[in-house]
Amino acid sequence: MTGTGAKTNIIEVRGLRTQFDDFIVHDKLDLDVRTGEIMGVVGGSGAGKSVLMRAIIGLKPPSAGEVRVFGEKFYDVDEKTRLSIERRWGVLFQGGALFSSLTVAQNVMAPIREHLDIEGELAKDMAALKISMVGLAAEAGAKYPSELSGGMRKRAGLARALALDPELVFLDEPTAGLDPIGAAKFDQLILNLKESLGLTVFMVTHDLDTLHTTCDRVAVLAEKRVIACGPLDEVRHADHPWIQEYFSGPRGRAALAAKAV
Amino acid sequence: MANSAASFDIDVNSGLLRLIAHGDWRARFLASIDSRLRDFSDDSVGRDLVIDVSGIERLDTTGAMMLQRTFFACDSRTNISKIVGASDAQQTLLDQVAGHLAPCHVTPFHPNAFLAVLDRLGKGVEDVYNAALELMSFVGFVLASTVRVLTRPSHFRWTSTVHHMEEAGLNAIPIVGLMSFLIGAVVAFMGAKILRLFNAEIFTVELVGIAVLREFGVLLTAILLAGRSGSAFTAQIGSMKIREEIDAMRVLGLEPMEVLVLPRVFALVIMLPVIAFIAAILGLIGGALVAASAMDISIALFVSRFEETIVINHFWAGLIKAPFFAFVIAVIGCFQGMEVEGSAESLGQRTTLSVVQSLFLVIVIDAFFAMFFLEIDF
Repeated sequence: MTGTGAKTNIIEVRGLRTQFDDFIVHDKLDLDVRTGEIMGVVGGSGAGKSVLMRAIIGLKPPSAGEVRVFGEKFYDVDEKTRLSIERRWGVLFQGGALFSSLTVAQNVMAPIREHLDIEGELAKDMAALKISMVGLAAEAGAKYPSELSGGMRKRAGLARALALDPELVFLDEPTAGLDPIGAAKFDQLILNLKESLGLTVFMVTHDLDTLHTTCDRVAVLAEKRVIACGPLDEVRHADHPWIQEYFSGPRGRAALAAKAV
Repeated sequence: MANSAASFDIDVNSGLLRLIAHGDWRARFLASIDSRLRDFSDDSVGRDLVIDVSGIERLDTTGAMMLQRTFFACDSRTNISKIVGASDAQQTLLDQVAGHLAPCHVTPFHPNAFLAVLDRLGKGVEDVYNAALELMSFVGFVLASTVRVLTRPSHFRWTSTVHHMEEAGLNAIPIVGLMSFLIGAVVAFMGAKILRLFNAEIFTVELVGIAVLREFGVLLTAILLAGRSGSAFTAQIGSMKIREEIDAMRVLGLEPMEVLVLPRVFALVIMLPVIAFIAAILGLIGGALVAASAMDISIALFVSRFEETIVINHFWAGLIKAPFFAFVIAVIGCFQGMEVEGSAESLGQRTTLSVVQSLFLVIVIDAFFAMFFLEIDF
C-alpha cells in the first residue's frame, strides 16, 4: 500500500480546468504529488491555490481534466470507494472549519466515531493525544470554537484533520495567523509527523519560512497553471518574473538568510 | 504483508513481566483490545514491565499511545522497564506521543443535576430581565437615532430603505394576499353555516367585514412578515456580526444603527400598513366571493349591505395597529441580529427568538388595542 522505495504519485492532476461561470481559474494544469513528500503550493492572491486544493479534495468538480488521488479518479468512483478515500486523508481549512456546536475534543472525536466506530475512553484518549500533539492545552478540549483564538482554532482543525492518522493531509495556509513561535512549532510538528507516520502533505502557503523548513518540493501557481515545480532551490532560480519577485523580494531573502544560519 | 489484527501476550518467565505485542496496531484494530490492555495496566501497577514491540507490523499514533500509556501506567517501575524491539520509525512515533498522554477535557464542567437545574432557572430569570432591559435600551437607541436622522436628513439611507421596502414588503404581497383571501373565504363559509341556523345569513357580511378589517387583515400581515422579514433581518445582521462586518462599520465611522437598522425599521413601518390594506381588501373579496357562490348573497347585495352596516371605524381600528406591529417586528429582528455572537448555533437561536418574540409582542399589542378600543367605544 505504501510506496516504499520507488516514489509513487499519491496525487495526479492532469489537464485540470476549473471555472466559475465564465471565469477560468485553472487551465491545462498538471501536478504530481509524490508519496511521502511535503508539497508546498505558492502563488499570488487569487492565483487559485485554494481552488486547486478544493478541486483535489472533491469540493469543486473540474470542468475538464482528471484528478487522481491514491490512484483513483475521485470524481468517477462509487460512493464506497469515495468514503474509503476520504478517511485516508485529512483536511485543514483556512479558518479551521470546526463544527461550532461541538467542543474541540468532540470535534476531534467526530471522525473517530464516524469512521472507526470507536467510542468511550479510547476515543477520548485519541482525541487528547491529537489535541496535545498540535500544541493545545488539555483545557482547550472542553472549549467551543467560538471561545478560541484564530491560531488555536487552526491547531484544533489540524488535530481533527489528523484524527484518523491519514496518509495524506491537505493544509490550507496552516501557519497564517500564528505567531512566529507557534508557526515554527507547527512546521516542526509537520516534519515530525511526516517522519514518523510517512505522511504526505499538500500545503497551500504564503509563509516563506515554512517553505524553506518543511517543503520537499514547491509548485508555483500562476497564469492558470503550474509554472514551476521542483525542489525549492531549483524553483527559486526559475526564470519567471513572479517567481523572481517572490523569492528575491525582501521577505524571500530574509527567509533564505534565516535558513542559512 | 499479511495483516493480522492487533493482539498481545503476557509472559512472566524469569520473573520479569513482559508484554509481547503483535499484529496491526492501528486505530481501527485497537478498539477490541483496549479494555483488556487497561485491565492489564491496572493489575501491573508498580511492577517492572518490558514491552516487546518487535512483532508489530503496522503502528500509528493510537497504537503508540496505547503502548506508552501501558508503559507509563506502571508508575513505580525501575529502569529495568523499557520498550524493546521498535524499528526506527516506530521509535520516532513512540517518542513523539510520549509527551502527549495527559487526558483532556471533553465537555465543559457541569455541576450536579440539582444545582444545574437551579442554575438554569436562575439564569433564565436573569436572562428575561436582561433581555427586556436591553430591548428597551435598543428601542430607545432606535428612537434617538430616528430623531437624529430626521434632523439631518442627509444621513438617511434612501437606497437601502427602498431596497428593504421591496425585499421585505413588496415581495411579500402575493403570499400575504393569498392567505388573507383564503381566510376571508373561510370566515364567510364558517359564519354562513352557523348563521343559516338562525336564518341570519345576511349577517355574514358584517362578520366578514368586521373580522377582516379589524383583525385578520393586519394581524395576518404582521404574523407573516414576522416570520418572513423579521427572521431575514436577524439572519442578515447576525451573519454580518459573525463576520465582523459590524465592527468594521463602527471603526470606519459608519453607525450600524443608521446603516442597517433604521432603513429596515422605516421600510417595514411604511410597507406593513400598505400590505395590511391590500390584505384586508383581498380578505373582503374572498368573503364576498364565497357569499355569492355558496349562499344567496349576490355581490351587489354584499356591497350595499357592507356600505350600510360597516362604519369606517372598523377600517381605521385595523390599520392604525399596522405601524406599531411593523415597528415591533423590525426592531426585534434587528435587535436579535445584533445580539448574535460567534457561532452558527447562536445565529439559529437568535433567529428563532426573533420570530417568537415578535409574534408574542404582536399578539400582546393587539390585545391592548382591543381593550383600548373597547373602552373608548371605537
